[in-house]
Amino acid sequence: MMKIDSWKKRAAQWGVALVLAMAGSGAFANPASVKLDHAPIDPSDMASLQRGAQHFMNYCLTCHSAQFARYDLLTRLGLTEEQVKKNLILTDAKIADYMTVVLNPKDAKAWFGVPPPDLSVEARVRGADWLYTYLRSFYRDDQRDSGWNNLVFRQVVMPHVLYELQGEQVLKAEEGKPGEGEHHAASLVLAKPGKLSPKEYDQFTADLVNYLVFMAEPMQQTRIRIGYGVMIFLALAFVITRALKHEYWKDVH
Amino acid sequence: MNAMSRLLGWVDARFPLTTVWKEHLAEYYAPKNFNFWYYFGSLAMLVLVIQIVTGIFLTMNYKPDARFAFASVEYIMRDVDYGWLIRYMHSTGASMFFVVVYLHMMRGLMYGSYRKPRELIWILGMAIYLCLMAEAFFGYLLPWGQMSYWGAQVIVSLVDAISPPVALWIRGDYVIADATLNRFFAFHVIALPLVLVILVFLHIVALHEVGSNNPDGIEIKEKKDPATGIPLDGIPFHPYYTVKDIMGVVGFLAVYFGIIFFSPEMGGYFLEDNNFIPADPLKTPPHISPVWYFTPFYAILRAIPQKQLGVIAMGVAVAIFFLLPWLDRGLVKSIRYRGTLYKVALGLFVLAFLILGYMGTQDPNLWYVNPVSRICALVYFGFFVLMPIYTRLDKTKPVPERVTG
Repeated sequence: MMKIDSWKKRAAQWGVALVLAMAGSGAFANPASVKLDHAPIDPSDMASLQRGAQHFMNYCLTCHSAQFARYDLLTRLGLTEEQVKKNLILTDAKIADYMTVVLNPKDAKAWFGVPPPDLSVEARVRGADWLYTYLRSFYRDDQRDSGWNNLVFRQVVMPHVLYELQGEQVLKAEEGKPGEGEHHAASLVLAKPGKLSPKEYDQFTADLVNYLVFMAEPMQQTRIRIGYGVMIFLALAFVITRALKHEYWKDVH
Repeated sequence: MNAMSRLLGWVDARFPLTTVWKEHLAEYYAPKNFNFWYYFGSLAMLVLVIQIVTGIFLTMNYKPDARFAFASVEYIMRDVDYGWLIRYMHSTGASMFFVVVYLHMMRGLMYGSYRKPRELIWILGMAIYLCLMAEAFFGYLLPWGQMSYWGAQVIVSLVDAISPPVALWIRGDYVIADATLNRFFAFHVIALPLVLVILVFLHIVALHEVGSNNPDGIEIKEKKDPATGIPLDGIPFHPYYTVKDIMGVVGFLAVYFGIIFFSPEMGGYFLEDNNFIPADPLKTPPHISPVWYFTPFYAILRAIPQKQLGVIAMGVAVAIFFLLPWLDRGLVKSIRYRGTLYKVALGLFVLAFLILGYMGTQDPNLWYVNPVSRICALVYFGFFVLMPIYTRLDKTKPVPERVTG
């Protein structure tokens, strides 16, 4: 009896494996066990992108560089060079300069153990949903040197830079067992409110992530716009070349 | 008009222009029953040209230096006019090259295009495939991202498993480093493209010597019009197949540019997420997987617990294709007239290849990855090793005299 049961189980597992094998989904990209929230971003929303750029300049670009992006990138967000210079360049950088930081990677390594990663193409590494969830998943953890931990990025080195805005979250001790298994039933509660309401903070992060996605591939919207034209052209070309082929092939029997 | 024909006469007296035109296009008689599977040869040539042209433009701004390589790719993506388009055309082109080549090889398997008298065409084609794999491997290091770096590290470690001095000689350093990047760049932009173009030329010369096979797997040259000497089932390549292939090209471009403009990463299969992180020799990514076109062989490698044996199995998995013309003992060429045995064998082989490809992208610590890979590897090798037996036992159908629709 036991034998048959285990055989059946085995067979079922094989079945699952085969189905998985055939499904061929791209799910392997994200190993995190936490369910990611969908980032409510709109890459055509200029106001959101402008707000996101401002958040980025204020909160990220002090430690994280974006050394492959230039400030003049921001003129693609419906801003004039003057506006960018006046409101968004917070250092003495010129408009054509790369977004670098004064933080020395060696110092950063000494202070944090790891230099803050460059954020130029971070959105292409992590994906918008990961960033959106990550920035909203910090919680107080006295075990950590920084005093902060993160549900999406376990044992993260970065402190919660935005805590003044979000407030302080704590891990809900529902499961009772810290350590193993905590991230399964993990839920965060706001212990101390910040300057922004949870809804406002969600909007804040969404704008920031929107900007990070834009910065990672500034030509994305152009690419898609040109793409429609190319597709229409190729569809017409296909109709014509197909008609040409049929015209020539009429006499082949 | 008179001046034109006089010019042509002048050239023809010095170079066989008209003869080449006639022999290879206007009076090259191809079977009239080519189907969908016959587009992929000309498409592979198209992709080769696209890769060479986009590659030339990328080279104008790319810097093969470990300090600047990653940044120069981002420079191309951001600051070079339409650099993003050229780069996506090249990265998508690499994957599409393998798509069309795999379909082209599948055509050969289905219709017995490797059989006598086309053994050399097949061998030259396999040489092209090997060359293409090397070209893709060298090219993948150039963006100098984490997957570039660690992928190369893994592949060179396979050589290391067989002979450490040879691995050192290939890298030019004890780890993948600037020296490696420089030489891979040299191979990628000069050596291999040159060899590829020569092999493609020879592949076509050999093809035009014996003539094309067709979905019925019969020789059209055996039934010629006694008056003209032209095969009864043959039609001139130009204009018939040139206009047909133009249509095929437009269809292909719709797919190709669809990917480029709407999904250039192709969900992480054409451009891997981790390759947007600059190469870091001190930080091994938790999960290294090659690009999709190598994953079937990678899965075979991992399925075998002993590393040297795994490397050998992987090499044999590619090399065994060369023997196909002599392993196949079937009475007919085309799958249309083969019996159940060959059809089942080919079906299982294709399924095993696809599943291996998927397993190669998966984390090997998942419990099912290696067991499933092992079974599929057995099917994969069984297809070749047992071929002399099952093709001979197979109950084939009678082959028609002339090509069918």
